[in-house]
Amino acid sequence: MIELNDVAYSYGDGELLGDLTLSLPAGSFHFLTGPSGAGKTTLLKLCYGELLPTAGHLRLFDQDVRSLDRDGIAELRRHIGVVHQDCQFLDHLPIADNIALPLTVSGHSIASEQANLSELLSWVGLRDRASALPPELSGGERQRAALARAVIMSPDIILADEPTGNLDWEMSQRLLQLLVELNKMGKTVVIATHDMGLIRAAKTQVQARVLRIANRRVQLAGADL
Amino acid sequence: MRDLFDINRITGFIIGDAQAERAVPPTGFTARLTVFAAAVMAFLAVFALALSVSAGRLSERWANELAQSATVRISAPAGQMQAQTEAALAVLETTPGIASARVLSDGEQRKLLEPWFGPDMPLDALPIPQLIEIVEADVGLDAEALRLRLLGEVPGAVLDDHSRWRKPLAAAAGRLSFLGWFSIVLIFAVMGAMITLAANAALAANAKVITVMRLVGAKDSYIASAFVRRFTLRSLTGAAVGMVLGVIAVVLMPAGGGEAGFLSDLGFQGASWLWPLVIPLLAGGVAFGATQAAARRTLKELR
Ligand SMILES: Nc1ncnc2c1ncn2[C@@H]1O[C@H](COP(=O)(O)OP(=O)(O)O)[C@@H](O)[C@H]1O
Ligand SMILES: [Mg+2]
Repeated sequence: MIELNDVAYSYGDGELLGDLTLSLPAGSFHFLTGPSGAGKTTLLKLCYGELLPTAGHLRLFDQDVRSLDRDGIAELRRHIGVVHQDCQFLDHLPIADNIALPLTVSGHSIASEQANLSELLSWVGLRDRASALPPELSGGERQRAALARAVIMSPDIILADEPTGNLDWEMSQRLLQLLVELNKMGKTVVIATHDMGLIRAAKTQVQARVLRIANRRVQLAGADL
Repeated sequence: MRDLFDINRITGFIIGDAQAERAVPPTGFTARLTVFAAAVMAFLAVFALALSVSAGRLSERWANELAQSATVRISAPAGQMQAQTEAALAVLETTPGIASARVLSDGEQRKLLEPWFGPDMPLDALPIPQLIEIVEADVGLDAEALRLRLLGEVPGAVLDDHSRWRKPLAAAAGRLSFLGWFSIVLIFAVMGAMITLAANAALAANAKVITVMRLVGAKDSYIASAFVRRFTLRSLTGAAVGMVLGVIAVVLMPAGGGEAGFLSDLGFQGASWLWPLVIPLLAGGVAFGATQAAARRTLKELR
């Protein structure tokens, strides 16, 4: 599903990530951890084509990202749901429209997806907040809305960047539960987080592997967790 | 080509995608600037067009008259008419600068006189001068020299080249017509530049919106079309209003009469009334191209 072969990335001043070789199979559940500034967000951006590797090959759905043109990248993103670290909403649109945005921009008529949308709103517990604007939502509500937007296209891969970043424990558990549910439906899930408690909680519910970024490399973290 | 004129696509473009429209919030300032600029430019374009069309018409008419401008008129007693005509032809044949000289037939002369005397005039009963039409060669005719020769050799002949004074005027009218067309090109160039500015402002104001749309899988063409559609329709509307006002102003120009008045002749005639309709379409086309280019440039900087 996601394959990295000797991938390196640098923002220009020195290599941030190097020699990354990993393979995330379909249906797997991965955590990506490491200290702040280690490159978790960068690695996720590589995985949905916002950044291109400066060396090596990155394959998504058996396609080399470097071989895709701009429309190809757009198509690719319709199969990858991303929960961005900073949510990335359009503040002038109600949250329901924000959640439906991936449908809108890929040419689906919202009317025909209305049932799907309201089911999704209930699933993330935002049924009553559908017409609120993003700035009017709490941190937890925004994170859940971001997850709803990430999954509305039924993507095969879900990438979540610090999805529980500013949530309390209870809310984190709720969000984790949603992600576990998605994984049980067969989706490939990658969560970047430095919240060890979250990882421990997840391990009781799902077979999760933990990848740690340290010193520009990714290692499989073992039993120390 | 067929795609371009696909009626579904055109109506789709005009009606737009309501959802996409809402994703990109309207920016009041750039909208008003575009409509205003398009209206003003279209208004000016109508005058440039009117100027071109009328000057072109005038220059063409004068040039035609110039081609058969000179005539030799022979007034002689009936008995000498034939001899003098032949003598005049002999002179003309040996004069440099004359491409051809032709004696007008009675029928042709009658036609020339018809507007004044009616069709039933008994031509034979009147002492009408004989006319010889001269077509000037490209090298030009020395009218004074010819006049002197005729004076010496054919006493009854008079060279009439009254319309020669129009030659520089015809050239000026031609130049004026060209300048009018050139102004139209400039007007549309300025319109394109202003719309590019406005589109860039709108794109910059919506940088966040564009980033988010791109992140959730929008293609460049989809994002661009939200902007292109708005700017095209605004320009089309603005230019239509400006064009209508311009045409009204041309219609209300005080009508003067007559050949000589150039200013009073400013305006459209017959089919040339259709020309102003092209202005809004052209404005829409310019806006379409300018916004498309601006959007492509902005999007290229974004992955
Ligand atoms: N656009 C950028 N340009 C230059 N440096 C960047 C950019 N984005 C991130 N960085 C740097 O790259 C490093 C890794 O950032 P990031 O991937 O966000 O880390 P993490 O998500 O693990 O906290 C940081 O040192 C950050 O300052
Ligand atoms: Mg980060």
